[in-house]
Amino acid sequence: MINFQYSRARDVADAVRLRAAEPTAKFIAGGTNLIDLMKENVERPSRVIDISRLPLDSVEETANGGVRIGALVPNSDLAYHPLIAQRYPLLASAILAGASAQLRNMASTGGNLLQRTRCYYFYDTATPCNKRQPGSGCSAINGVNRIHAILGTSESCIATHPSDMCVALAALDARVHVTGSRGERAIAFVDFHRLPEDAPERDTNLGADEMIVAVELPPEGFAANYTYLKIRDRLSYAFALVSVAAALQLDSDTIRQARLALGGVAHKPWRNSDAESALVGRQADRAAFAAAADIILRDAKGFAHNAFKIDLARRAIVRALTQAAQATPQSQAIKKIR
Amino acid sequence: MAPTSAAQPSAQTIPALDKIPITLIVNGVARQLAVAPWTTLLDALRDRLDLTGTKKGCDHGQCGACTVLVGGRRINSCMTLAVMQDGASVTTVEGLASDGQLHPVQQAFIDHDAFQCGYCTPGQICSAVALIAEGRAKTVEEIRELMSGNICRCGAYPNIVAAIQQAMGRP
Repeated sequence: MINFQYSRARDVADAVRLRAAEPTAKFIAGGTNLIDLMKENVERPSRVIDISRLPLDSVEETANGGVRIGALVPNSDLAYHPLIAQRYPLLASAILAGASAQLRNMASTGGNLLQRTRCYYFYDTATPCNKRQPGSGCSAINGVNRIHAILGTSESCIATHPSDMCVALAALDARVHVTGSRGERAIAFVDFHRLPEDAPERDTNLGADEMIVAVELPPEGFAANYTYLKIRDRLSYAFALVSVAAALQLDSDTIRQARLALGGVAHKPWRNSDAESALVGRQADRAAFAAAADIILRDAKGFAHNAFKIDLARRAIVRALTQAAQATPQSQAIKKIR
Repeated sequence: MAPTSAAQPSAQTIPALDKIPITLIVNGVARQLAVAPWTTLLDALRDRLDLTGTKKGCDHGQCGACTVLVGGRRINSCMTLAVMQDGASVTTVEGLASDGQLHPVQQAFIDHDAFQCGYCTPGQICSAVALIAEGRAKTVEEIRELMSGNICRCGAYPNIVAAIQQAMGRP
């Protein structure tokens, strides 16, 4: 870790002011990703601005029947919060599929959105990486790329976004509330993270002097028919090779509304409105689920070591939609997939 | 592959070593010390307060050997800065026994031979103490899942689970 200065923000305005005054400074909340990357010499902030004591740690119902989650609510508190566990069990399940109990106790809601890829080349400062060092090249495209993306890749970057929580937030149509020098704004979740294109150093559309203050969930939580299915190399405490957030509204066996988001396959949580609309009006059966999988994976492209993800994703989507339709969500404790 | 400039020494001005005074309530005792901003809680405990029961394993939040309780919550002490914990109550493995009596989780680890080399054990024990206090794990599967942040390379997992079950009062 390089040496750096430390400031504790007095309030949100103070945090934004400190950040605007020092572009090489970074906010720190839970620290679980930033400190790791600082130890690896990947992140080298001149200053960390401690926002962990700001009063952004509440989970509250909104006037329209949704829920507003403060940016500093720890992942564990969020997963076990009664409003989330009962009304948004897809989100609770996705959170509990990620990291460990200790890390979930530390990691914040906003920080989870801003965590960076676990691409090995991004972490290895001895190798080229366009995300870490723009213009240096991508070591993964022709390197070891078993964990990398199959959708939305570019010639510059094939990294994936590592979050489980964000896959559920994408499926639930969350909104991200941010504040900065030019005031506040809200960003639709699907527009928050970016595809790599020719600027993979930018993970999100958050402005340089903006910070996340809250994540808002709309009233519909799909609490009856949902699942979060995560496929990984070990049964706990590992990042997804492929994950699926599936949520359905059923009228008897007919699908009235469908949400489908994939993790571990792209630079952002992956949604495809064509795949979701193709499910609407159909019987909730294997044929419909397979057709939706074909649509969402239509442009999938494998590299030397990760082509298996295309078939894995197809099977995981069919399985997840089946779990959602049958109201038998994947347990995050008992790992048998049914 | 050619090294990139990121591997070169930093061009940034290295700040002067401004130490920041903090207070940590460690195992019930207020400890005052001055730390550099980049000192982790783990390094402050081990190197500054001589509490070497808490272990440094991976130093990247991947093994759980550094698990301590802050305000009763289990965290990885390697992944937080000491200065961020100014004023916090920290419990380490050294603080679990009272009046010469081992904590029930410590005794259960001995009863079930729940370790081999012992390096992960302080983290396992602190994590298990918090797990029991959280009250969410009831079954063996739930104990295993909610203890997955603590790696044991000797593979003592079956005995660790048995020890935790004993301490939970679920034989």
